[in-house]
Amino acid sequence: MALIEFTKRGIYCKQGDFYVDPWWPVDYAVTTHGHSDHVRFGNKYYLCHTLTKPIIKRRISEDLNVETLEYGESINRNGVNISFFPAGHIIGSAQVRLEYKGEICVISGDYKIEDDGITTPFEPVKCHSFVSESTFGLPVYKWQKQEIVFNGIKNWVNDNINQQKTSVLIAYSLGKAQRLIKNLAGDTPIYVHNSIANLNEVIIEAGVNLPNTIRITPETTKDELQKGIVIVPPAMRDSRWIKNLSHPVTGICSGWMQVRAHRRWQSADAGFALSDHADWPGLMEAITATGAEKVYVTHGFTAAFSRFLNDEGIEAAEVLTKFGQEDDEENKVDLAEQNENK
Amino acid sequence: MKRFAKLIQQLELSNKTNDKIAALVDYFNYADDKDKVWVIALFTGKKPKRPIKSALLKYWAIDITETPEWLFAESYANVGDLSETIALLLPPAENTSDFQLHKWVEDLHDLEGKDDETKKDFILNAWNKLETQERFIFNKLISGNFRIGVSNKMLVNALAKQSSLDSAQIMHSIMGKWNPYEITFHELINGIHVNTDNSWPYPFCLAYALEQEPEKLGNLSEWQAEWKWDGIRGQIVKRNGELFIWSRGEELVTEQFPELHFMIDVLPDGLVLDGEILAVQDKQVLSFSTLQQRLNRKTINKKQLEDAPIGFFVYDILEYEARDFREEPLSVRRKTLEQLIGGLEESPVMISPVINCSTWEELADLRQTSRSINSEGIMLKKRTSHYHSGRKRGDWWKWKINPYTVDAVMIYAQKGSGRRANFFTDYTFAVRDGENLVTIAKAYSGLTDKEIKEVNSFVNRNAIEKFGPVRTVKPELVFEIAFEGIAESKRHKAGLALRFPRILRWRKDKKADEINTLEDLRQLLQSTL
Repeated sequence: MALIEFTKRGIYCKQGDFYVDPWWPVDYAVTTHGHSDHVRFGNKYYLCHTLTKPIIKRRISEDLNVETLEYGESINRNGVNISFFPAGHIIGSAQVRLEYKGEICVISGDYKIEDDGITTPFEPVKCHSFVSESTFGLPVYKWQKQEIVFNGIKNWVNDNINQQKTSVLIAYSLGKAQRLIKNLAGDTPIYVHNSIANLNEVIIEAGVNLPNTIRITPETTKDELQKGIVIVPPAMRDSRWIKNLSHPVTGICSGWMQVRAHRRWQSADAGFALSDHADWPGLMEAITATGAEKVYVTHGFTAAFSRFLNDEGIEAAEVLTKFGQEDDEENKVDLAEQNENK
Repeated sequence: MKRFAKLIQQLELSNKTNDKIAALVDYFNYADDKDKVWVIALFTGKKPKRPIKSALLKYWAIDITETPEWLFAESYANVGDLSETIALLLPPAENTSDFQLHKWVEDLHDLEGKDDETKKDFILNAWNKLETQERFIFNKLISGNFRIGVSNKMLVNALAKQSSLDSAQIMHSIMGKWNPYEITFHELINGIHVNTDNSWPYPFCLAYALEQEPEKLGNLSEWQAEWKWDGIRGQIVKRNGELFIWSRGEELVTEQFPELHFMIDVLPDGLVLDGEILAVQDKQVLSFSTLQQRLNRKTINKKQLEDAPIGFFVYDILEYEARDFREEPLSVRRKTLEQLIGGLEESPVMISPVINCSTWEELADLRQTSRSINSEGIMLKKRTSHYHSGRKRGDWWKWKINPYTVDAVMIYAQKGSGRRANFFTDYTFAVRDGENLVTIAKAYSGLTDKEIKEVNSFVNRNAIEKFGPVRTVKPELVFEIAFEGIAESKRHKAGLALRFPRILRWRKDKKADEINTLEDLRQLLQSTL
């Protein structure tokens, strides 16, 4: 009997009677990471990585019942051994390894292969079956080393400062924002939106070494911002606040920026192909390293990616999930915060 | 090539005209003269001849990357551009190259007539020394168009700023006939070639759409009102005994319209007319779909000449007695035109009539009758206006009538490309034909991001069948589709085709049984013939 099944509520392990990243309330939710398409309100118990705990408490509710594991640690639930391994996606993101009577299944959540300098890097885990995303599961998506991308961003910022323009980077409050902060920190001060500053506090308190940033308040002057780097969440993109800055130029940091059609569709001033998801070679490398006999593809280019795996001799199936819809959710969260701050 | 690649990147990075012009000026300040000529040629659509078919590029890319053909197709569907798909698929280059743009163009030119093996060696070698962005441009040099939002006017403004020459003069020069392999940058922007060329046309003066109440334009007597005709904007040039007909696409179309050739004997030399090429019978304008039978044909037979006779409605006079006439006020130009063309009564060439009304209300009423004479509304031109190069706000307005509309139901949905690859954004619509639904149009624009997400979620929940990227969906969502015209079509099952269909709005208030029928559209078609 298979270790997991895909149900209306999410990925379910019958032997252990728990769910992984369920999207409807359940008794016991094993949580891969803190993005809102993977962790929701209303579960009785949560199991997540130590660093994810303060994040979800801050984002969802202080009242959650949360148990935690470190990477490599395990607990037993109804005879199923549950352990966490780094997924490299964002701070605290974990692959969930399940073992029952010698059968091993790994649910990877979202992941990326490259070491981003702030997240514990991805570790492949041997298993029989592997649940993978395929957000960028087409061979046209191949990332450049982040060092090159960050040099591009730094040059862009410097040019903007010289031309009296204000550099505004659009990034998710959780994950992308901290990655930018870590890698752009230097002589240019970094100003962050409230929602990012709040998460930063929680993350620093949990012991992560994050460079200093400045929280944007009504007292922050346009002149200061023009000489710095401004980071705001996607919900702020078309806001009047940005329009009122001194010659604002926006840059979007996302894997989609690899493709011109998408850069145009977003109508930002600059696009940087920087993703927290694995690129095509990354997905292939990760899957091959697991040695899995069966791969479930959950979100992204599921049809193309699973067909390719099957052609390569790796049995794969597409699974319909509600993952990969974080854009909307993030927007809601951030809009709520934005309104609070008015 | 690196410099050119950087230019393209900068042009794509900004939505602001001033930034784009600054990037162009910067490029023209520092680039090689030969490269500059090619940049002007490429941006104005003077493409070098294709030495290699795009299909071959695709197969070579598939070959060296060992990508299955279906996966290439999936990637292409997502990226939306063949040159870019190939550039992204290829492995990182092992070498670099300092070749300049013109060198690549010339080397590609030299491949003409070589065998496929030689061509393949050249291309693979080139791919292996170009970065992704350079590769994309290289592929575009072979197979595509540079559609990067640089209008001729923007290009000319940048050249004028960089060279301190007059922009109208530069526009003249680059619109004339010139050969990028031979001309120097200096000769090109100084217009050395145009003085010896009889054919050169002027840039068309274009109008903005009127979005305010016409009363706000002031006193009607200051304005000349004309019908806005729905044909092909054209210029007729007569110089030194030669006649040339230009279309708005800056294409010479003289041969396509023999009905107008008689003018070579009638018009004086040193004359340029602006007007509309239309299908005309007994001085009445026929529908655009009739005119269409005559467009883009290499040969014309007798039947086509009879079914779709061509005429030319003259709007304006740009050159008179070999003198640039564009600085004269419209009232003077119109008077000159009337004296000159008034005598051609019996020919298919006539002056586009002026509409005489004393009040804006009267004019607005008349505008409602536009369709009955196959006009698409009214043009308003200030009587004191000069003939501008390109679009300029204020002097000329187009006051179009509202488009036709039809309520139709969505029956297929397809995913978009790029970021939209994750959303169903391209829809096919149907109207009712008895018990059946018959498709009438495909459209993808006109919805907000929020609506797209809503439709997307409907498609995900209501998909019936899957054909590759296309989903058949439950016929439930009703949309109001706007379109500019309707024509018979043997290619479409419905027997008719809509011109420029787009989504006007989502009719959440309507159910699928309340949509229009095929019969409604047939009646509309009959009424326009």
